Amino acid sequence: MAPDATAQQAPQAPVTPALAVWKFASCDGCQLTLLNCEDELLTIAGSVHIASFTEASSQVEPGPYDLSIVEGSITTAEDRERIQRVRAESRFLVTIGACATAGGIQALRNFQDDLTPIVYARPEYIQSLRTSTPIADHVRVDFELRGCPIDRRQLLEVIAAFLAGRRPNVRAHSVCIECKRAGHVCVMVAHGTPCLGPVTQAGCGALCPGVNRGCYGCFGPMESPDTASLSKIWQGLGAGGPALARTFRGFTAAAEPFRAAAEAEEAAQHDAR
Amino acid sequence: MTHGSRHISVPALARVEGEGGLEIVISEGQVAEARLDIYEPPRFFEALLRGRQYTEPPDITARICGICPVAYQMSACQAIEDACQTSVTPQITALRRLLYCGEWIESHALHIYLLHAPDFLGYDSGIHLARDHPDIVSRGLRVKKAGNQLMAAVGGRSVHPVNVKVGGFYRAPTRQELRQLVPQLEQARQDSADTLTWVATFDFPEFDRDYEFVALRHPDEYPITQGRIAATSGLDITPAEYDQHFQEFQVEHSTALHSTLDGRTYLTGPMARYSLNHDTLPADIKEAAKAAGLTSTCLNPFRSIVVRAVELLFACDEALRLIRNYDRPETPAVDLTLPRGDAAGYGCTEAPRGLLYHRYSITADGTITDAKIVPPTSQNQRAIEADLRDFATPRLALDHERLTQQCEQAVRNHDPCISCAAHFLDIRLTDAGQRLKAVRT
Repeated sequence: MAPDATAQQAPQAPVTPALAVWKFASCDGCQLTLLNCEDELLTIAGSVHIASFTEASSQVEPGPYDLSIVEGSITTAEDRERIQRVRAESRFLVTIGACATAGGIQALRNFQDDLTPIVYARPEYIQSLRTSTPIADHVRVDFELRGCPIDRRQLLEVIAAFLAGRRPNVRAHSVCIECKRAGHVCVMVAHGTPCLGPVTQAGCGALCPGVNRGCYGCFGPMESPDTASLSKIWQGLGAGGPALARTFRGFTAAAEPFRAAAEAEEAAQHDAR
Repeated sequence: MTHGSRHISVPALARVEGEGGLEIVISEGQVAEARLDIYEPPRFFEALLRGRQYTEPPDITARICGICPVAYQMSACQAIEDACQTSVTPQITALRRLLYCGEWIESHALHIYLLHAPDFLGYDSGIHLARDHPDIVSRGLRVKKAGNQLMAAVGGRSVHPVNVKVGGFYRAPTRQELRQLVPQLEQARQDSADTLTWVATFDFPEFDRDYEFVALRHPDEYPITQGRIAATSGLDITPAEYDQHFQEFQVEHSTALHSTLDGRTYLTGPMARYSLNHDTLPADIKEAAKAAGLTSTCLNPFRSIVVRAVELLFACDEALRLIRNYDRPETPAVDLTLPRGDAAGYGCTEAPRGLLYHRYSITADGTITDAKIVPPTSQNQRAIEADLRDFATPRLALDHERLTQQCEQAVRNHDPCISCAAHFLDIRLTDAGQRLKAVRT
């Protein structure tokens, strides 16, 4: 299913850029976020040509595509091949959400024995890889948008940026900065509620502290997170060790800094025994 | 084209959530086989839940489905609270119902306008429909947005809400925060009434079915967050008795388990809810349903879009009522007491697509040792296949493209959420030697 080479050299170039949306192992929530842009959806549909978006349209056109938006992680041999074809047909490829950028919650299986026989009566019907891996482990990715789910405003920014040929304005700093900007009281300092905000990438709008809850890291690790310092604070709150390890082993468990931090917590606990 | 063997094959169904296809094998002028193929990669949620803490399922199971995360959160909370023998306050129950109304509004508006209506009007998508009828699609998006805003106001965000916990909420919204939603919901109510009038004008193929319906039933309310499990056959059980009557098994063409009720095919979802609970709908909603051509039951799956519109109107009405009567809980959540020894808990709520069952076993230290989740689409697979078979049989003379399109529509009638369906599965091996022969416990 390689793209038709002659189609790419068609004399009249398409007036509007062709957009494609692809799904791999995921919950559909991130592509739903595109349909949740209720005020902008028809504008987007007017400024791009939606060439392939199976969840929303029966009309599926062959590539090439100017922008491919990819949701979900790679968990089957077939999908491992399919993402190669998607990449080959796409000028830009943007991954959206924790599954596509970190392997998602289903990457918890990466740390366990083969689950298929536990789960299915007839494992021979199931073709599933042992691991769930992010798209960037398989193909070149032009931009990764974080979140479980992604934030609607950030998605609009990314689409607008790629259509305009510029880098998206998406910051890699921690949730703490967003939380201060939102004027929330620090739940960890003021209430003693364990919070992953100091090591988690911003983008959600500090939603959890806004409801008096500690951040649980669904946007994944920020750039250069200091997980060791956070561990000391959580220990001081009586939530180190298994509780912190479990929190790191969440929706972005396979993202390297969180994977390593969870292991460090477990090792420390083991040494303490 | 009526002799010999041929196939109707849609390898990738569009306008459904998740990845599936349909396959109908026609041999000697008869439908030899009708299959809903589900090849969505499994994500093994039930296995991943083992060893986690009892506080975690609302967040983890929400990730099964981006379209109906609240349903997962609510069934999970109910099951864990059951295991801890804890009841929440009426105020918390009302707030949960309000959040759930937001999800019904969002999900039903999505299906009616963007996924299903294009079938009736001959368009490839809601976006194509919008080119000719921008006002209609804008109306649908307005309703959908109202649902999302309600979910964000109560749940913190619309996809995977952050404010839900076992025992209740992290923070209860203020009266003022909820009252701000009223103008938008009143507009959504009017838009939903117009939606109902609009979908009632569609052409529906004659296709009445002899379904066995399964839905929750509650004496005082149209069921959303609670009730007993009822069926057309007279079944009337608690969620704890679910496993005694419903069986699941694996088939080769699906990564989602099939399900039967005492060996019989059944249907859950809006048609089942409506038909089993028509008497509990408010009088004006009943009137609106009647004006749209429905009786107290609906047996034609193509008319499910009308039932969904009735429920959309009801959910807007109910949300407005709950906001009017909102009594902010003094504490947003009740504390749970862990069981003294191992305990099991059961939860059933009405997801937009139908009955969603959760069961958890937890230990005295709050560790989950076992989880079972049965989503509505998994339960409906057999009924969808039966629909396909019986719908295609008298229509084999239709031209291939038309028949294929109508068969796709017959699947979309049930708003299948394949992402949901494939993500469970918790069969235990009972045969020590080989890897076959398993039963679900």
